[in-house]
Amino acid sequence: MSAVARIWGHERARLLVGVGVAGLLLFVVAPGVLSDFRLNLLAKFCCLAMVAVGIGLAWGRGGMLTLGQGVFFGLGGYLMAMHLKLADAGPGGVPDFMLLYGDGTVPAWWEPFRSPVVTVLAILLLPAGLAALLGLAVFTRRVRGAYFAILSQALAAAFAILLIGQQKVTGGTNGLNGFRSFFGFDLADPVNKQMLYYIAAGTLLVMVLVVRLVMRSRYGELLVAVRDQENRVRFLGYDPALVKVLAYALAAAFAAIGGALFAPIVGIISPADVGVVPSIAFLVGVAIGGRATLLGPVVGSIAVSWAETSLSERFPSFWTYFLGGLFIVVVAFLPDGFATLGRLRLRRRRPGPDEPVGTSDEEHASDEQASDEDEHDEATASAGRTA
Amino acid sequence: MTRSIRTTRALALSSGALVALLALSACGSRTDDEASSTSAASCVKTDGDSIKIGFLNSLSGTMAISEQTVRDALDLAAEEINAAGGVLDKKLEIVAEDGASEPTVFAEKAEKLIKSDCVAAVFGGWTSSSRKAMLPVFESNKSLLFYPVQYEGLEASPNIFYTGATTNQQIIPAMDYLKEQGVTKVFLVGSDYVFPRTANKEIIAYSEANGIEIVGEEYAPLGHTDFSTIVTKLKGSGAEAVFNTLNGDSNVAFFKEYKNVGLTAETTPVVSVSIAEEEVGGIGVDNIVGQLTAWNYYQTVESPQNATFVKAFKAKYGDDRVTSDPMEAAYTSLYLWKGMVEKAKSFDVADVQAAADGVTFDAPEGTVTVNGDNHHIAKTALIGKIDADGLIYPVWESDGPIDPDPFLEGYDWAEGLS
Amino acid sequence: MEALVSQLFAGLSLGSVLLLAALGLALTFGQMGVINMAHGEFMMAGAYTAFVVQKVVADAGVSLLVSLVIGFLVGGLLGLVLEVTLISRMYHRPLDTLLVTFGVALVLQQLARDVFGAPNVDVRAPAWLSGAVEILGVGVPKTRLFILGLATLAVVALGLALRLTPLGRRIRATVANRDLAETAGISTRATDRLTFFLGSGVAGVAGVALTLLGSIGPTLGTNYIVDAFLVVVVGGIGQLKGAVIAALGLGLLQAGIEYSSTASLAKVLVFVIIVAFLQVRPQGLVAVRTRSLA
Repeated sequence: MSAVARIWGHERARLLVGVGVAGLLLFVVAPGVLSDFRLNLLAKFCCLAMVAVGIGLAWGRGGMLTLGQGVFFGLGGYLMAMHLKLADAGPGGVPDFMLLYGDGTVPAWWEPFRSPVVTVLAILLLPAGLAALLGLAVFTRRVRGAYFAILSQALAAAFAILLIGQQKVTGGTNGLNGFRSFFGFDLADPVNKQMLYYIAAGTLLVMVLVVRLVMRSRYGELLVAVRDQENRVRFLGYDPALVKVLAYALAAAFAAIGGALFAPIVGIISPADVGVVPSIAFLVGVAIGGRATLLGPVVGSIAVSWAETSLSERFPSFWTYFLGGLFIVVVAFLPDGFATLGRLRLRRRRPGPDEPVGTSDEEHASDEQASDEDEHDEATASAGRTA
Repeated sequence: MTRSIRTTRALALSSGALVALLALSACGSRTDDEASSTSAASCVKTDGDSIKIGFLNSLSGTMAISEQTVRDALDLAAEEINAAGGVLDKKLEIVAEDGASEPTVFAEKAEKLIKSDCVAAVFGGWTSSSRKAMLPVFESNKSLLFYPVQYEGLEASPNIFYTGATTNQQIIPAMDYLKEQGVTKVFLVGSDYVFPRTANKEIIAYSEANGIEIVGEEYAPLGHTDFSTIVTKLKGSGAEAVFNTLNGDSNVAFFKEYKNVGLTAETTPVVSVSIAEEEVGGIGVDNIVGQLTAWNYYQTVESPQNATFVKAFKAKYGDDRVTSDPMEAAYTSLYLWKGMVEKAKSFDVADVQAAADGVTFDAPEGTVTVNGDNHHIAKTALIGKIDADGLIYPVWESDGPIDPDPFLEGYDWAEGLS
Repeated sequence: MEALVSQLFAGLSLGSVLLLAALGLALTFGQMGVINMAHGEFMMAGAYTAFVVQKVVADAGVSLLVSLVIGFLVGGLLGLVLEVTLISRMYHRPLDTLLVTFGVALVLQQLARDVFGAPNVDVRAPAWLSGAVEILGVGVPKTRLFILGLATLAVVALGLALRLTPLGRRIRATVANRDLAETAGISTRATDRLTFFLGSGVAGVAGVALTLLGSIGPTLGTNYIVDAFLVVVVGGIGQLKGAVIAALGLGLLQAGIEYSSTASLAKVLVFVIIVAFLQVRPQGLVAVRTRSLA
């Protein structure tokens, strides 16, 4: 027992075991056990979990409650979908819906996305760039806390309305759908669908590792410090705005990649996937799994998606109560999600020096009061300045 | 600490390589490989004494209000068919799913019904976006969808049967009616999405050819609740009639505003194409009495079939419930599928498609006939007037059933629309 | 000229609706930093109150006035229950209350759907509110004048209450400096509870008023909540005048852009303008100066 505990205490061992188990589950067990249809569902959940990983970073570690990740998810999805539509277009190179609703010509800003390279680069850079710009504008003016949350929510609302209104070039409420191929691979072929699953699962795993990497770095410490005591970080000579912008941009990039894979896997991307409600829905899994833990957002997000699919079929009305209740109970009573429960049990079983390293995250709940007061004061201070 | 970073980096790299490897090994065939691009054969079981069919409607989310009524009508039809001995001596076994008002969910559940539940056909969908999302699923899996709601036309999939009206069975007759009434100035108001925009494009083309002036065209975002600006524009436009393609809650706000600024059905009638019997109560009868609607069925249609339908529906769901066009179209769709299967003597999709042409059913709205070319059905257009009792009474009808023409090929003015 | 007047009025009217929706929110947010996502559902509760009251009181005019009072109590009690059971437990974590109250909103919506049914219900407007009156040559709907009046009344009443009553003094003291207020013998917990009751009560009143304009269904609240939040953000916390100016400004802006372009574009542009505005004044139009440690 104690030997196992000692090994478990080692960071590297835990990482290896974790990655091994996750890899085994995702790459061996799931494809072996699940039917094609269920595997494709899991691929979809992986895409949603990518957004959750980003939110875990921005919100759990960075304290930025972003209610607008749907924007970046949607941007990624639409960028990919534009390429797929152009690639599928028949003679003349005009996507089918433009012939139906538009004037039958492709607008100039669509043209670059005929190139797969431009598309992939755009997915990686455009949403992240937009997030960085927005972040710079907002964070340097010290807009944060609830103000930031509401602004990001308004952004999601505006983005959805914009997409719906520009039917000729975005497909309106229908969104973009009916993709036949993915970079030359036939999407009707189950083997290629499986390939997409492997890509999604692999990407998700890589993202988790990237977050781990980030959190182990000096930057990661700085990010948590900004969350807990922004002013002290400022007094130490750092610019908290830049620290936040980086995490926000990374979260946006993750969401965009999730969206980009979501489009071919599900076969559709529409405004219903980007607005206010889906943007908040992304948060559920993160909150439940444990916002400030490494794997919590992923596990929570996949679990919630899975539960939704299987429960909502039978009890549509019950599902809403369940979801609402989950929000209330978890956020109010288990602020670190179900990870708290696991940790409590572990702690009770082996107290003492074996206490896992890196639990500093849990303390933030009690710190937040202080940081909030800080925020309040600063609000006043800056208002005084601008007045 | 540094050591752990290095390890992690190495791990990240190696797992990245692993993914790439797996991806490469997994990718089987490219699009040009014609042979392997066929999808799996149908798994529908036809040897037992029951046959599975799927019902897919939104029971949660914003569309649940409307789609629940369609589900009720489908359940009624299935119950009746089973009581009468089923289809080809097999009882219907219903697999019910919730579309949750989201296109992605509709696509996902459609795939589940076809692939996991192996249903012979699926009945449901309401919004255009849900249909567009399901269309590729049904085409690639070679299965059948019966779609029961009027829509914007410009579509004819071999894998979908459209039992609601297409534009030449609803919108064009409504314009014909306005023209007959001597209306020369029409104002268009709609929600900002596919159906209103496409419908209005057709209305504008029709008007140009028929000497009607369009004096305004306004769109409100879905869920918009403040119509003071739009109604102000409308009032100042000199319109003699309004063509309304608003959706859902917006109708309530629109009609309350319309009445409050003093516009009335007598001076400026509003023709609506998305308001059916069950919406009238929510808008408030006194806000909308006397206004016009365009559909192919009303609860008040006088026929023995309709009397039976309304009576059976009220017996099952309660006296206070009303029947409406989409409900009737859904009810009819199940009977049409039964007719096709019995004509084909097979549940196989290809056999059903081949047998579809000319299948008829004495529906509550009157006798309807399936058009085998475009998979729509011939229907009679009815303009109705909303009465103080909350029901809609026909005031005008087309000369017999109108043949479906989803691409408006039979209309000169519609050239270049699609 | 006529168009200008009518648009001016449309803007004011939209502003008054926004103000009614946001007033309670401004109060609770200013006081406790709590973002109550269930605020819209309190409005919905108010609207359904009007529906139920009309079942009992046949006369539309009487039932509207009765509903305004009962709607206030229903909204207020819902808010009180929420504050006591959930929010009071987590006032260290104001951001988390946003998520908790979102869960509450989901539950309340589904509850409404199960109790009253998914379809919209109708509340008849009283005869004395039907039709329009001529103002400066423009026909103005009486219902909108009524709501404008109601919003004004609510602002004046709240403003006077904050300024003149002992409760108002306690609220202002708590907003200005919670710790110092506590030291001076004010029970900030009790003050919080009362503030929440007041703020949520105003939401109930807003819900009753909205039955005159729009649909009454389970999703009524979601239609207004984002706009109401934006009013609060633009207005700044702690004082009512910020919310008043912000609501009227946004209403005029929306109506003005909508008149010259489309409703969809107007919505998007208003959002963009708000983001730009917050660049200039990150804490909104009006911010209370406090005496806390900087």
